[in-house]
Amino acid sequence: MTDPKYFTTNKKREIFELKAELNNEKKEKRKEAGKKVIAAMTVGKDVSSLFPDVVNCMQTDNLELKKLVYHYLMNYDCEDPDPLIRALTVRTMGCIRVDKITEYLCEPLCKCLKDEDPYVWKTAAVCVAKLHDINAQMVEDQGFLDSLRDFIADSNPMVVANAIVALSEISESHQNSNLLDLNSQNINKLLTALNECTEWGQIFILDYDREAQSICEQVTPRLSHANSEVVLSFLELLPKDSDYYNMLLKKLAPPLVTLLSGEPEVQYITLRNINLIVQIRPETLKQEIKAFFVKCNDPIYVKLEKLDIMIRLASQVLAELKEYATEGDVDFVCKAVRAIGQCAIKVEQSAECCTKVNYVVQEAIVVIRDIFRKYPNKYESIIATLCGNLDSLDEPDARAATIWIVGECAERIDNADELLESFLEGFHDESTQVQLTLLTAIVKLFLKKPSETQELVPLTTRYSDNSDLRDRSYIYRCLLSTDPVTAKEIVLSEKPLISEETDLIEPTLLDELICHIGSLASVYHKPPNAFVEGSHGIHRKHLPIHHGSTDAGDSPVGTTTAMNLEQPQVKPSQGDLLGDLLNLDLSSPVNAPQVSSMQMGAVDLQGGGLESLLGSDLGGGIGGSPAVGQSFIPSSVPATFAPSPGPAVVSSGPNDLFEFSTGIGMAPGGYVAPKAVWLPAVKAKGLEISGTFTHLQALQHMTDFAIQFNKNSFGVIPSTPLAIHTPLMPNQSIDVSLPLNTVGPVMKMEPLNNLQGAVKNNLDVFYFSWLIPLNVLFVEDGKMEHQVFLATSKDIPNENELQFQVKECHFNADTVSSKFQNNNVYTIAKRNVEGQDMLYQSLKLTNGIWILAELRIQPGNPNYTLESFPHCVFVKFVKDQMVVDVWLSF
Amino acid sequence: MSASAFFILDVKGKHLISHNYKDNVLLSKMAYFMPLLVQQEEEGALTPLLSYGEVNFLWIKHSNLYLVATTLKNANASLVYSFLCKTIEVFCQYFKELEEESIWDNFVIIYELLDELMDFGFPQSTNSKLLQEYIIQQRNKPETGKSRVPPTSIYPVSWPSEVIKYKKNEVFINVIESVNLLVNASGSVLLSEIVGIIKLKVFLSEMPELWLGLNDFMIFELIGLSGSKNKSVELEDVKFHQCVQLSCFDNDHTIFISPDGDFELMSYPLSTQVKPRIWIESLIEKFSQSHVGIMVKAKGQFRKQSVANGVEISGPVPSDADTPRFNMNVGSVKYVPEKNIMIWNIKSFLGAHFGLLSMEKEDVEGWPPIWIPYFTVSGIQQALSWVCYITQSGDYQLRTS
Repeated sequence: MTDPKYFTTNKKREIFELKAELNNEKKEKRKEAGKKVIAAMTVGKDVSSLFPDVVNCMQTDNLELKKLVYHYLMNYDCEDPDPLIRALTVRTMGCIRVDKITEYLCEPLCKCLKDEDPYVWKTAAVCVAKLHDINAQMVEDQGFLDSLRDFIADSNPMVVANAIVALSEISESHQNSNLLDLNSQNINKLLTALNECTEWGQIFILDYDREAQSICEQVTPRLSHANSEVVLSFLELLPKDSDYYNMLLKKLAPPLVTLLSGEPEVQYITLRNINLIVQIRPETLKQEIKAFFVKCNDPIYVKLEKLDIMIRLASQVLAELKEYATEGDVDFVCKAVRAIGQCAIKVEQSAECCTKVNYVVQEAIVVIRDIFRKYPNKYESIIATLCGNLDSLDEPDARAATIWIVGECAERIDNADELLESFLEGFHDESTQVQLTLLTAIVKLFLKKPSETQELVPLTTRYSDNSDLRDRSYIYRCLLSTDPVTAKEIVLSEKPLISEETDLIEPTLLDELICHIGSLASVYHKPPNAFVEGSHGIHRKHLPIHHGSTDAGDSPVGTTTAMNLEQPQVKPSQGDLLGDLLNLDLSSPVNAPQVSSMQMGAVDLQGGGLESLLGSDLGGGIGGSPAVGQSFIPSSVPATFAPSPGPAVVSSGPNDLFEFSTGIGMAPGGYVAPKAVWLPAVKAKGLEISGTFTHLQALQHMTDFAIQFNKNSFGVIPSTPLAIHTPLMPNQSIDVSLPLNTVGPVMKMEPLNNLQGAVKNNLDVFYFSWLIPLNVLFVEDGKMEHQVFLATSKDIPNENELQFQVKECHFNADTVSSKFQNNNVYTIAKRNVEGQDMLYQSLKLTNGIWILAELRIQPGNPNYTLESFPHCVFVKFVKDQMVVDVWLSF
Repeated sequence: MSASAFFILDVKGKHLISHNYKDNVLLSKMAYFMPLLVQQEEEGALTPLLSYGEVNFLWIKHSNLYLVATTLKNANASLVYSFLCKTIEVFCQYFKELEEESIWDNFVIIYELLDELMDFGFPQSTNSKLLQEYIIQQRNKPETGKSRVPPTSIYPVSWPSEVIKYKKNEVFINVIESVNLLVNASGSVLLSEIVGIIKLKVFLSEMPELWLGLNDFMIFELIGLSGSKNKSVELEDVKFHQCVQLSCFDNDHTIFISPDGDFELMSYPLSTQVKPRIWIESLIEKFSQSHVGIMVKAKGQFRKQSVANGVEISGPVPSDADTPRFNMNVGSVKYVPEKNIMIWNIKSFLGAHFGLLSMEKEDVEGWPPIWIPYFTVSGIQQALSWVCYITQSGDYQLRTS
């Protein structure tokens, strides 16, 4: 192109010749012509008459010619007298996202940034952001950022707004996130523009300013703006705690409410945001509750959202809710009645009113059960009415609730035995939930009125195929036959209170969401990084999952060599984990029945089922699991369970037990040989680790014990100090329980489930580390929605998958699934492909990480060899949406 | 921070328009939108925000079209929805009606408009009056040398590009108040508010500065007239047209330079209790297992001189209703089975009351409330010769027991 020969053509004929050449059939000729045209253009000749011919050449696969054409176009269009065309050129060129073209974009962009027309400026400003997206370095080199900064001072508000939005877009991917110094001078400029620009411009500026809270006062008039977004953007600006804020809140309520008269979609967004605001400051909208009353032509999603907010604002809405119970939409009515129940729990005086609701009896009964739970012995008068309705109930939920009430209030119902007997007739046709509840109710009845119930108790549950049911009835039978007094204590124990607030958002998340008012995050009620890759802004701490290298040898101190040897190198901990879960038979009674889990939990921990775990089940074992499963059992497990008081464990919260027994033992070795073995106890909610702590030389007594954990991946910390009050004498051992919770500081560990800690006493500090079995960290709400599961699993790249097989596993799909569920691994879907059962599972860890798994079971193929895959487990590990998957086999 | 692509789909999910503002959402991902929507709808969990993998779909349904914006980021959701609503508004002003056919007929101009409405995902100018100045359906050949961009095109308000002179300087003011009302089954008013709009039609030469005087309580206080003598109204949440200088409102009269022609100057909600202008009572009688009679009584509670025009009363009818029969002493009744409602039309409504009744059907469940979507109480009051007051129904619902 810079070849001098192109610059030496005759004047008159050249246009004509170029025209002919541009239309030449040969590619080479056309390219040559193109070069000549550009050359002519560069020296300032007018070749604009060639426009149609040049454009014709665009249809080529020759990159060089294409570039020439683009260059021509940009050059001519950028000099067009019409600013619309000049702007169109930069806009369109910015959209051609080909790296090689960008160099041609530079020059015209430079021109446009110095154009005389503000319309071109505002387009050019956005184009800088586009260019930055393709080639950030070029933007830096050309000093386009400075041009944008200069635009801030422009008199045209639209230019300012676009410059601001371009800067904020660039700053998202720029190493220096503060591209514009928000000094008072700049702020003043922005404020001037703010008063004059379009609603969108106002949003851009307000969004950019979100840290400059000082300007709040000056932008209050924005609340008078018609566009909802402007209002929400303003909200974002508000300082989070100050007197001024409170004053502003008063001004804020009416605009928010006014937004609710907009389009349903806008209403929805507003409601989702209000939902957040009322959780922090319910007083803001307390006066406005009427605005949330449901209109019959609201779309369902608006109705549900309004309902949710009203539950939060509660108290005066009860009457309103009653009216919804007459609505036509069944789902909505059910939710409305549930809402009444939730209100009753929240506001004591409204409870009486609630118990009179008889619109939707079935749902109401479920609600009444909750009311009984909350206010026992208060509203027994309703029982008579209830008993009258027994026959009409067909929903399992409602039946179970009724049975629970009958069992609970057995001493006040004269014909309780008859009522329960009537349910017994169709016992085998009932759902599991009803069967379990019925079983418990009968036991309660027996304990309360032994004389009347004798004939009911020898219930034939042994023919049931449901193992939960069999186990539970077995436990009851053992309990009742050995020690009725203890049985009474357990079954009729105090029930923990049910919580008042429903599905509140966790405070840290709430704080974060409040910072994202108006954005998608505030609509999803999820932190941005849960659905956006590499999102910016305020990050929640999160941990990448690491798998594979969970070799116990990694842990610095403490774990014994014996342990290392026992664990084959190829067998990472996840395999063990799944193996464990398949083995964990005993815990099934704990959390299977929702209704009566309170009594059951108590029973369970008495260890009825424990022996069965330790005995037979593990014997056959799963090939992969002995390291964690078997090796620790003999010494520590029985001790672990003996002192645990039942109900305390079952009560809410991560009330975890940390079992710590100290003894003088066998291990030879150095000064401190903490032979720590830490065993996963099988509990839905908690973490139960048991350890043996060996000490050789200490011949004097030990006192002043204390324990501390390092920061770890899951924020596990002791929730109470280590309580060893008496001095520990030589040859003596003490069993101590240490409750743990997961609210501590978080730091990623290697391996992930590594937990380091120290025990201090009057002699020294002993350090050790162990691996937390992951399964204790599975939380109850680990059930992913079907849709989400599908969507997420499709998006996991193949290389992130992990696969391994579990051998010698003699369970069918249903058993496996229920075993998993008892350990908070939930089956999302099940299907049968070519004779194999496929189970799709999800689980969630305490820190919010999701793990998805696919389990393939070939029934009737108890294969012991490694070559075939009798029971294959594919596990996909998903961390939010970023996925770390590992492929394992053993 | 905003949308990365914009789509218009027909009811079956076929793409009519697609405009990619940023290259990061693949068109192929749109294929997931429709199945997702259908599934969520079946599950009864449909929300205006869907997500598939990392793609978020923000959609609005308008007549037989879906307008969808997609984004990969934590976009400003309310901004995107406002933009979608605004887009519909602009299209409607261009093509009268926005539906599949008008899209087919105008897709070139739609692309042109989309280019102006949004750039790189950032909403630009959405003022349709302003857009119409340079995006026109039949564009004349431009005169070379003269800019077609109106000098003010980058301002939010479309002031006339040249100095206009009228022989007669006129301003017409329409005060339109819509009443939102919610009454429960027992007849007590749960919610009653007025949303007022002041509309101006301005024909003034040379764009003079205008002042607006309101009988707002606050302003009376400011200028020393206390509210006792004059009827003052407390305005809570006034929203103004962009031409109004917001900074002045809180401590001054309202000053503005008006654009030419029609525009909405301000809107204000009032939570004052008003007597419902039209009162509905309904009585549901069960004659037998499969026979139900509904009696509806509508009563006008306004002055005799006034007339309400175009009153439309919609009442719910059970979805399994069979050959309902209607009887009325005024107006006409239409049964709309696809919406499960009957609509009772009364062209001009006086102070008397009316009954209508009887339909046959099989089963009775809950009865949703009756609502009145549109009616106009033409209580026209000519306070000043060029000001016109109209009362309209907004969201007007009376529940049945």
